[in-house]
Amino acid sequence: MIQTMLAISVVLFAITIAIAVIRLIIGPSMPDRVIAMDVIGVNLLATIGVVSIIYGTKAYLEVILILGILSFISTIAFSKYIERGVIVERKRDR
Amino acid sequence: MKINDVILRTVTKIIVFIILTFGVELFISGHNDPGGGFSGGLVLASALLLLYMTYDIETVHKGIPFDFKKIAGLGVFLAVASSAVPMLFSNQFLTQEKGDFALPVFGLTELSMVLVFEAGVALTVVGVVVTILLTISEDVS
Repeated sequence: MIQTMLAISVVLFAITIAIAVIRLIIGPSMPDRVIAMDVIGVNLLATIGVVSIIYGTKAYLEVILILGILSFISTIAFSKYIERGVIVERKRDR
Repeated sequence: MKINDVILRTVTKIIVFIILTFGVELFISGHNDPGGGFSGGLVLASALLLLYMTYDIETVHKGIPFDFKKIAGLGVFLAVASSAVPMLFSNQFLTQEKGDFALPVFGLTELSMVLVFEAGVALTVVGVVVTILLTISEDVS
């Protein structure tokens, strides 16, 4: 029973990632693509969590942490690039 | 134009310490679990990248006054030196020793010479990655 539910949830996460990839390709503006990449990252995290439950192992939990950190940082970097045009500033202008 | 990023700055002050702690944990657990000097160094470098993105270069250098090229050189020196020390005792290059020690707080702990080598690798990775990021993000304006 629980194995069936986990398998169905993995399939649903895969469908969500596919829909987000469609938005990533045809997205009219740049913020749409950034949000699509964020959605892909979050769903990948959840998929790895469910896969780790299916296999009954703890070896994938550090993958979740590292992927979360990288997804967070890349979303911030893209947002700052769209907003200001530069990612790391030499001197904050104010 | 002044941009209101107070939420990002407040969140960064907390999250940087979580990422740094996780990087050190990944570095220490590398002997028996997934992790090690390379991935730990990459996580530490990503924490520094988050600081550099949220604040600017001069503010971060005021708080962390290190030259990261020298840190990379120190890491390479540490790795090669800890590998070359067993050659003085007529062993092979990269021969590693380990032993169990009774430490005051941690109890019986297995310490290994690999830790010094991995520290060198981690310092090298942090220095090289931060140097590359600061070099390719140089804005002249």
